[in-house]
Amino acid sequence: MADTLQFDLVSPERKLASVQATEVRIPGTDGDLTAMAGHTPTITTLRPGLLQVVHQGGTDDYVVSGGFAEIGFDGVSVLAERALPRGEVTQEVYEGMVEEFAAAHRDARARFENEPGPVDDTAKLLADMVAVGTHIGLDPKQPNF
Amino acid sequence: MPSLKDLKNRIASVKSTRKITKAMQMVAAAKLRRAQDAAEAARPYAERFNAVMAGLASSVGGSDGAPRLLAGTGKEDVHLLVVMTAERGLCGGFNGSIVRKARIRASELLAQGKTVKILTVGKKGREMLRRDYGQHFVGHVDLTDVKRVGYANAQDIARDVLGRFDADEFDVATIYYARFQNVITQIPTEQQIIPAHFEGGEEADTALYDYEPGEEEILADLLPRGVATQIFAALLENAASEQGARMSAMDNATRNAGEMIDKLTIEYNRSRQAVITNELIEIISGAEAL
Repeated sequence: MADTLQFDLVSPERKLASVQATEVRIPGTDGDLTAMAGHTPTITTLRPGLLQVVHQGGTDDYVVSGGFAEIGFDGVSVLAERALPRGEVTQEVYEGMVEEFAAAHRDARARFENEPGPVDDTAKLLADMVAVGTHIGLDPKQPNF
Repeated sequence: MPSLKDLKNRIASVKSTRKITKAMQMVAAAKLRRAQDAAEAARPYAERFNAVMAGLASSVGGSDGAPRLLAGTGKEDVHLLVVMTAERGLCGGFNGSIVRKARIRASELLAQGKTVKILTVGKKGREMLRRDYGQHFVGHVDLTDVKRVGYANAQDIARDVLGRFDADEFDVATIYYARFQNVITQIPTEQQIIPAHFEGGEEADTALYDYEPGEEEILADLLPRGVATQIFAALLENAASEQGARMSAMDNATRNAGEMIDKLTIEYNRSRQAVITNELIEIISGAEAL
């Protein structure tokens, strides 16, 4: 059995990557997980985070903002609502992404006044997005969070 | 009998019309290629998504805890018809055929005593439905300024639809669009998006997957995305269909203009000849009279 697995990263608009990878680090909702060849078949949802793909040519990083990953016998497919190669995430793009989640959080706070559930969910997503920035060295500019 | 000058003017005007339709045809052809590429690029996501959803839906669907988006509200009284058409005309029967399909469904539902609500996407459908079903309109999505439909557009529409569903505004949602088969054929299609149902794609090995978090949480998270995905796919199909329909409509128009030019030219030449003959006769009979 080969020690690589087929990795596909697709967004609704296009296919972003398709490589033979040795290792895929996935930011799952319940925590990060690393898929290698022979991983048990798993389906997990994604939180906003950094997706890392280790292949022969090096490591590719992608910033994903949600979606899900399917680890099958023959490979990993990540279906991300929005995914950008690390290099394309400039301060400006990143601020836009953070603002999107911040807006969703504000909206949830306004709509579900006495229900902590949905508000907490959006707060967590926002926190995850902010954490990505710290991780890749960009400023989330969310002082009031 | 039109005069020679009239004929000449008509020929000139038909010629310039032909130039315009020819140009529109070529523009449509270029746009069609792009639209087809976009539809092609979106396919892997939709396919994987549906496969996973089908597996999930079949394993969770039966239980009591199934999300409302999958199980429905338990009623079928209020129907939301999302009619997706183009922003522009001059594309043959494209808008008309989608609207016709929606119209048939709407009158069927009304005859059964159900409530019909209509959400229009694209200006043309709205104009066509306004007279008969204007009172059923609940909203309109304008894509006039959108050059190229993106996933964000689909998300906006999905958010609108889901918001209405959460507010109990309807029980069943159906989208209307034209599926692109080829340049000549676009098939008007109706597709139920809420409650969701997934066909085919059911793999035997889905039961073997570990789910993280649980199956139901994943399903609840993915169902709203599924709505957006389906709407996005429909928008892309529609974009390709529109350009395809426009291309063949403009091709026909160009050909008709060519035929008309030929006919007018023959008529023009004939009348010119008649005038010459007439003049000759006059001269000859004048000479003979002397």
